[in-house]
Amino acid sequence: MANAQPEIVIRVRDLVVDLKGHRVLNGVNLDVYHGEILGFVGASGAGKSVLLRTIIGLLPKQQGRIEVLNVDLDQADEDQRQAIERRWGILFQQGALFSSLTVGQNVEFPINEYLDLSDRLMTEMAITKLEMVGLKPDVYRKYPSELSGGMIKRVALARALALDPEILFLDEPTSGLDPISAGDFDQLILTLQRTSNMAVFMVTHDLDSLHTICDRIAVLSDGKIGEAGTMATMLASQHPWLRAYFHGARGRAGRQAVVET
Amino acid sequence: MTAGTLNIGHSRGDGLELAAAGSWTAEHAGTLEPQVDAATRTNSRLRSIALDVTRIDQLDTFGAWLLERAVRTLTGQGCETRLIGLRDDFRGLFEKVRAGTHILPREPPKPNSLIVTLERIGRTMVGVGDDLVMLAQMVGALMVAIKRVALRPWTFRLTSMINHLERVGWQAVPIILLITVLIGAILAQQGIFHFRKFGADIYVIDMVGVLVLREVGVLIVCIMVAGRSGSSYTAELGAMKMREEVDALRTMGFDPIEVLILPRIVALVIAVPILTFLGSMAALYGGGVVSWAYGGIEPPVFISRLREAISIETFEVGILKAPFMALVIGIVACVEGLQVQGSAESLGEQTTNSVVKSIFIVIVLDGFFAMFFASIGM
Repeated sequence: MANAQPEIVIRVRDLVVDLKGHRVLNGVNLDVYHGEILGFVGASGAGKSVLLRTIIGLLPKQQGRIEVLNVDLDQADEDQRQAIERRWGILFQQGALFSSLTVGQNVEFPINEYLDLSDRLMTEMAITKLEMVGLKPDVYRKYPSELSGGMIKRVALARALALDPEILFLDEPTSGLDPISAGDFDQLILTLQRTSNMAVFMVTHDLDSLHTICDRIAVLSDGKIGEAGTMATMLASQHPWLRAYFHGARGRAGRQAVVET
Repeated sequence: MTAGTLNIGHSRGDGLELAAAGSWTAEHAGTLEPQVDAATRTNSRLRSIALDVTRIDQLDTFGAWLLERAVRTLTGQGCETRLIGLRDDFRGLFEKVRAGTHILPREPPKPNSLIVTLERIGRTMVGVGDDLVMLAQMVGALMVAIKRVALRPWTFRLTSMINHLERVGWQAVPIILLITVLIGAILAQQGIFHFRKFGADIYVIDMVGVLVLREVGVLIVCIMVAGRSGSSYTAELGAMKMREEVDALRTMGFDPIEVLILPRIVALVIAVPILTFLGSMAALYGGGVVSWAYGGIEPPVFISRLREAISIETFEVGILKAPFMALVIGIVACVEGLQVQGSAESLGEQTTNSVVKSIFIVIVLDGFFAMFFASIGM
C-alpha cells in the first residue's frame, strides 16, 4: 500500500554492527515506508535479528545512522527517545510476556506507564486490544503460563499494539506456530496493519507470510541489504541465495499455494 | 495537533447533537474520557442523539472505543444514537473496535479464606506423601541399577563418576575447610566465654571435640553439600529434562538412573565422608587456634586434653552418618531434578525445593541417628 509519496519511517544508513569481535552488519542501508509491511529475510545467522535489535536500541552500533520517525536516535535526548519508544511496538520471538503479571496487566503495562487514564478505561482498552487480536476477554485474568504458544503470541501482539504504535516490529511472528495458526496470525497482522495503517517491519523465515502479506521484501546477505523490492522483484532476481530461497522446493510450494488461492 | 473535544450542542425537543473534534488518540484519551462521561450523563427525556464526528482529524483505537462507549451508553439509556460523518479511512478501525464485546468477565467469587487455608494444608500433606513415595521409588530404582551394574561392572560410568567426584569433592574442599574452621573457632570462643565464669575453661576442649566430631562437622558439611552440589545436581538434571535429553537417553535404550543418577550419587557418597573428615579436622584446628589465642590454652595442653575427651567412637559416630546423609542429599536432588517441567520457573522452583528438602531431611535423619547411637550406647 505504498502511497504516491511514501513517508520514510525508518531510515538506516551505512550501519555497521560488530558482535563479539565479529562484523555482523557491514554497511546496511534500508528504508521502511509508512503504511507498508516489510518482510525481512536472510539465512539463519545472517544478522536479521541483530538489525532489528540495533534499530530498537538493544544492541550498540559501531557506525552509521538510524532515524526512526525522522528522529536520529543518537542525537535524541531521553525525552525524545521515550517519545519514539512510545510510538513503536515490538513483538519478540517468544512473546516476552512478563510471567509474573496476568495477561491483562501485561497489556495494560505500557498504557499505565505512558498514559494517565482511569482504571475503567484502561481495562476496557486492554480488553479492546485482546479482542482485536482475536482473544476472548476471559484471558484477561490468566497468567502467561496458562496459555498456548499461539495465544502467547497474540497477547504479546496485543501488548505491542497497546499504544497504537506507528511502527510494529515483529521478530519471526509465525515461528513455532502450526501452519493454520501461522496463516491466521498473518491475516491478523494484515488486518490490523490495514485498519491502523502502521508500518510493519517483520523478520521472518516463513515463505507463506512473505507471499501473502508483505508489500516489500528486503534481503540481508553478507552483512548488507542484498536486494529489496516486491515479491516479483525477488522472484526475478539472479542473486544466488535468493534463487535458492524462493525457487527451492518450499518456495515453489508456497508460490503455488498463493497462485491457487 | 489539536486535542480531542466533545461539545454538547443544542437540544431540539427530544433530540441532541454532540460534536466531536480534534485528535481522538491515546494521548488525549485521559482528557476525553471525562467529556464523554459528561456528555452521556444527559437527561432521560432525550430520545435521539446525533454524534457528529466529521471534525475528528485523528482517530486510533482509544478514540474509537471512547466513541463506541458513548454510543453504547446512550443506547443503553434508551436514546437512539447515530454517528454522523465518520471518515472512510477511520471506518475499518472503528468497525474493528466496535466488533468487540469489551466486557470483562466477572471475577470468580473468592472462596472462604479458612477453607483455602485448610485446602492448602491438605494439598501440602498430600504433596509430602507423594514426595515420600517418589523418594522410595528412587531408592528402588537405584537399587535395581546397582544390581544391574554389579552384574556387569564394566557398564559403570566411571569417567562420569570421577568427573562428578572432582566437582562435588575436590572443588568443594576450600569452601568446606573455610566454613568449618570458622565454626570450630566460634564454638571454642563461645565455650571459653561462658565456661570461664565457672573457671572451667579447659572443658571447652571436651565440648568442641565431642560436638565437632559427633554432630557439627557432619551437619555443616552436609548443609554445604546440599546447597552447593545438591542444587547443581537438580539444576543439571532439570535442564536436561527440559531439553528432552533424558527422554532421548531413554529412547536409545539407556536407563537414565544408571547413566545420569548412579554416578552422581556414588560420587556424593564417596565425597561426603572425606569432606566430613577434612571439615572435622579443620573445625578442631579452628577451635585449637582460638583456645590458644583467646583462652590461653597451649596447643600441647589442647591435644592431650582432646585425647582424653574423645575416643575413636566419637569419631565413628560422625563419620558413619556421612554416607547416609550423602545418599539422602543425592536422592532428593535427583528426584527434584527429574520433576522439572518445561519452564525456567519450574527449574528454579525445583532447585529451591531440592535444597530445602535435603537440608530438612539431613537434620531429621541426624536426630534419628542420635537416638540410635544413644540406644546402642555409642
